[in-house]
Amino acid sequence: MADAKVIPFGEEPRARRKARRAGRTGRGTALAPVPEARTEHPPAAPPPPSPRSLEERIAGGLAFLRRRITGDYEVDDFGYDEELTDQVLMSLLRPLYEKYFRVEVKGVENIPADGGALIVANHSGTLPLDGLMLQVAVHDNHPAQRHLRLLAADLVFVLPVINELARKAGHTLACAEDAQRLLERGEIVGVMPEGFKGIGKPFADRYKLQRFGRGGFVSTALKAGVPIVPCSIVGAEEIYPMIGNAKTLARVLGLPYFPVTPTFPWLGPLGAVPLPTKWTIQFGEPILTDGYPSEAADDPMLMFNLTDQVRETIQHTLYKLLVQRRSVFF
Amino acid sequence: MGKVVLVTGVARQLGGRFVRRIQRDPDVDRVIGVDAVAPEHHLGGAEFLKADIRHPAIARVLAETGVDTVIHMDINGTPLGKRGGRTSVKETNVIGTMQLLGACQKAPNVQRLVIKSSTSVYGSAPRDPAVFTETTTPKSLPSGGFAKDVVEVEGYVRGFARRRPDVAVCVLRFANILGPCADSPLAEYFSLPVLPTVLGYDPRLQFVHEDDAIEVLRIAAAAPRRGTLNSGTFNIAGDGVLLLSQTSRRLGRPTLPLFLPTVTWAGTALRSIGITDFSPEQIRLLTHGRVVETTQMRETLGFHPKFTTAETFAEFARSRGPGLLPPESLARTVDRLAGVLPARGGLTQ
Repeated sequence: MADAKVIPFGEEPRARRKARRAGRTGRGTALAPVPEARTEHPPAAPPPPSPRSLEERIAGGLAFLRRRITGDYEVDDFGYDEELTDQVLMSLLRPLYEKYFRVEVKGVENIPADGGALIVANHSGTLPLDGLMLQVAVHDNHPAQRHLRLLAADLVFVLPVINELARKAGHTLACAEDAQRLLERGEIVGVMPEGFKGIGKPFADRYKLQRFGRGGFVSTALKAGVPIVPCSIVGAEEIYPMIGNAKTLARVLGLPYFPVTPTFPWLGPLGAVPLPTKWTIQFGEPILTDGYPSEAADDPMLMFNLTDQVRETIQHTLYKLLVQRRSVFF
Repeated sequence: MGKVVLVTGVARQLGGRFVRRIQRDPDVDRVIGVDAVAPEHHLGGAEFLKADIRHPAIARVLAETGVDTVIHMDINGTPLGKRGGRTSVKETNVIGTMQLLGACQKAPNVQRLVIKSSTSVYGSAPRDPAVFTETTTPKSLPSGGFAKDVVEVEGYVRGFARRRPDVAVCVLRFANILGPCADSPLAEYFSLPVLPTVLGYDPRLQFVHEDDAIEVLRIAAAAPRRGTLNSGTFNIAGDGVLLLSQTSRRLGRPTLPLFLPTVTWAGTALRSIGITDFSPEQIRLLTHGRVVETTQMRETLGFHPKFTTAETFAEFARSRGPGLLPPESLARTVDRLAGVLPARGGLTQ
């Protein structure tokens, strides 16, 4: 494994850790299913247990179809279409989440059951699949089935089709105004402060957190008084190992980077298939912000300290998870 | 103490309705309607003065009638009827406002000025925040057309407010006004049998009902009620948001998604043969959409719209008659399918 430059933080010997991991995977599979939500999904959903539920599902699907074609559904101010997200978009992502990347989620209890929270995660993988998987992870594992509202780069909202889907899936532009509005409404907001620096970094720099923007997310969380939940995602770095960056081509296309991987663009669309890595998403202890006075958001020193604290937490958790990981693919 | 109200732009439907409404207010003595052309609808007994606000004559009107409240509604995106093109509209918007404000500055009686502005001042761009507040500075200012007129008009109004601090100035930024008799370009667009849309974009839209528009203008024109303040800038929109795809489904009109360059080109072509006024800023609105925050309207101005965005649109859809794919018949088809598909039946929702 190439992620060997890691110094193990070992609180316990490797053998015991391995044993514990076995236990955890066992528990992980027990924790994974969310079939209650799935029973009312359109017929596309897997095994039909009994004819009665199949009928129900057809009826549910038709009722859904009826609402969709008559325009009888609601979207919020951001264009978030909860029904479409739950019934269609999530169902499309779930196979990728469960079968392809086999995402293992830890520490989901660190996300509050109600009220706002800001999830801060590392960003990687050339294409923002980590954000989408994080969204499924929060929704499917959280007991309250909370919806994650991601903050996305402005590039997302410039591209046709992508912008439409992003808005409907509940994403919005990464700016302080939108983030604060969502947090004040008690939503869970996800942000990846590394931005393009993180997602477009070369393969050699994997799992090295980049600069966290200007730390605007901390002041937004402070203003809204919501906890910051650090989140570390392992596995997304290796889905597209970016060995080069065609800068000229990127500039011509107006993109922040143009990835060159061992397979892309050489194999064409086939080269754009991500590698089936095994993912782990770990939510860390929330960092509470409601204890600070209201003027704290204007204190740059406090902002830098909190930003560093969040960043260090994510980086250390990344190292820990890497040490525990057996292989990139299993 | 009676009030003398001057209303500009009364030849339009909305102006006419507002004059008729305010005429009935007990504390309004006299209403003077002003426009460059005589209105086709009656004004409910209000006086009509045929005057072009682009000419200095408007100052004389203000001085002679002793007007104390000016409602400036003659800020529009499209020419009235078939007369004049974009140039004359722009002149009325910008030069007309300058002249009117100049006249107001010289008229010592004027105590209150209400401007019917538009949320177009925010433009529509993908890099803007999802929801605009009154203080948001747009990332890209509108480059032309009606939106730029509105930006300039608001600039002049701010200048006027500085020079005459004794005048209460209220700028109402309306979202798209819809209603049974609204004659806005968007209403015209929704009347097309097939709605051309931009491929890959589903804009968020907000609407205000005509009745609400009249009501909020009346609140702004009167003395502020207890605990409210009616000078300043306010976004006016119904609650909630509709996506363009939703509006087309609720109207029962199919959409025709086109590539963005094609839409721009088709808009120009249609405009030049005069079928519809599909201006570039209209296309921007139908590409990126626009949503505004209305907390100020509720909490400071104390206005609570009667119609939500969805209700406004439903009302409008009723007044337009069914489209090619009426939602009721689509729903019936699905219901029938639901009745037929499972052989045991009894599964209609």
